[in-house]
Amino acid sequence: MSMTITEKILANHAGLDEVVPGQLITAKLDLVLANDVTAPVAIKEFEKFGSDNVFDTYKVALVLDHFAPNKDIASAEQCKFIKEFALKQDIEHFYQAGRMGIEHCLLPELGITLPGDCIIGADSHTCTYGALGAFATGVGSTDLAAGLATGEAWFRVPESVEFIFKGTKFQPWVSGKDLILYVIGKIGVDGARYQAMEFTGEGISALSMDNRFTICNMAIEAGAKNGIIAPDEKTYKYLKGRARRSYTSFFSDEDAKYANVMEFDVADIPLQVAFPHLPENTKDVEAASGVKIDQVVIGSCTNGRIEDLRIAAEILREKQVHPEIRLLVFPGTQAIYRQALKEGIIDTMVEAGAAVSTPTCGPCLGGHMGILAKGEKALATTNRNFVGRMGHPESEVYLCNPAVAAASAIRGEIVHPKEVL
Amino acid sequence: MGKVWKFGHDVDTDVIIPARYLNSSEPEHLAAHCMEDGDLSFAPNVKPGDILVAGKNFGCGSSREHAPIAIKACGVEVVIAESFARIFYRNALNIGLPILECPEAVAGISAGDELTVDLKSGQINNLTQKTVFQAHPFPPFMQELIKAGGLAPYIRGRKKNG
Repeated sequence: MSMTITEKILANHAGLDEVVPGQLITAKLDLVLANDVTAPVAIKEFEKFGSDNVFDTYKVALVLDHFAPNKDIASAEQCKFIKEFALKQDIEHFYQAGRMGIEHCLLPELGITLPGDCIIGADSHTCTYGALGAFATGVGSTDLAAGLATGEAWFRVPESVEFIFKGTKFQPWVSGKDLILYVIGKIGVDGARYQAMEFTGEGISALSMDNRFTICNMAIEAGAKNGIIAPDEKTYKYLKGRARRSYTSFFSDEDAKYANVMEFDVADIPLQVAFPHLPENTKDVEAASGVKIDQVVIGSCTNGRIEDLRIAAEILREKQVHPEIRLLVFPGTQAIYRQALKEGIIDTMVEAGAAVSTPTCGPCLGGHMGILAKGEKALATTNRNFVGRMGHPESEVYLCNPAVAAASAIRGEIVHPKEVL
Repeated sequence: MGKVWKFGHDVDTDVIIPARYLNSSEPEHLAAHCMEDGDLSFAPNVKPGDILVAGKNFGCGSSREHAPIAIKACGVEVVIAESFARIFYRNALNIGLPILECPEAVAGISAGDELTVDLKSGQINNLTQKTVFQAHPFPPFMQELIKAGGLAPYIRGRKKNG
């Protein structure tokens, strides 16, 4: 029987020859992860299950990235609680400040999220790992606790929707972020609810891994269960010398069944800006031109990778951040930070007047390190612009790619990058 | 019988419980700030047994289980929505917060209406407008899970009895 890549991975992990959408299955897990916000609840639930040990100390990742480096005493208590659990359980992948990175930048970099994997994470952006050809989905803390205890999770096999990107003639500065914002603008924040979003076509093949991570990262913003891109030569090159385990690649059959197929020509997709207060409120950057902003954030699990920083630095080089703007930059991991140092990216940014931070989720979720006051507006390369997401309930967040963010930081209002070059 | 608090479409988990309060997972702490960025009057005035009614895609966004925990700790008896976001749906059941999908009921319920809801049968009775709606009831095991207070106590109870 023909299956999609998502169906094949789920069938493989359920020990079945085939699965169909709607079927309830129990799947074995290759990785179970949580952060400093979700792990405390999961650990307490894990203890309620009456379990003594996690199912596999090598298949659990605990990353203290949201309110860390600890922003206040309550956050410090949460991190301490997780650290004690990690040490007691001998968790292999426990990361705190200094080795910590934003979880969805860090774990692929460490080579522990691999093609063909079945992964759950108590963080909605766990779907990021689909960029490697894995099935990865966000769950709550109780589901995570069950995963920690048993190494398994139950799933309803999702229907798949194929998003085909034709052509490779991208408009200048257009990136993976623009492609996914464009799709969310078309289908809405619940347009793929409960479904698997499968991204295909030569437009996707042409994109780097960093851009592919950005696309799969935001599948949840369309309500999807997972986002996925089949592995190819770029994937294998990324994994070379990095993958810590052997892995199996899966591919959709030619005649696999999709609930829907949508086609786009990448040449038709302009730079996108999502207006407050939903990621689906997307417009051509020109329509946002002139919106005055107070803060620009470059970073997050969506756009905190080295290519994102490179593009921003290219625009900021020998220019100055507008005096009325705060530009905050968050490299996704320590390795990305070091690479950016080596390439002179950090120097360029600091010289331009940017504040560059150690990795943290920080302001993306209104945690710390860049909270907005009442009435303030931010332009961010992050993933959500909900009411109050970055601070005061009467503040506003606009979403965009790193090029638009850097250019707008220079101008003091939202602009197309061509306006500052 | 409970009084209705009504919200619109795409109520996200940042509205249900803003991230600035996630430095603790204590239910009482979360309840004190529930729905704060959507309706400041909710948390101080919601009464045990009240009912939350919303449009499509309720609970979209983050995976934070703190969201259904906050609603449950407010004493909300049941959430009725046109549809629920995927992660919120699982989380609500896992912590024992009753939820019902019923677009017809949502259209026929106004803020402040008084309802009775029978989770066993899925029947929603709008006492104010004198109308009745039928939602799909949960299968018996799910009802037991909710009654037990969520997945962990349900499994522990079964271990004890099994």
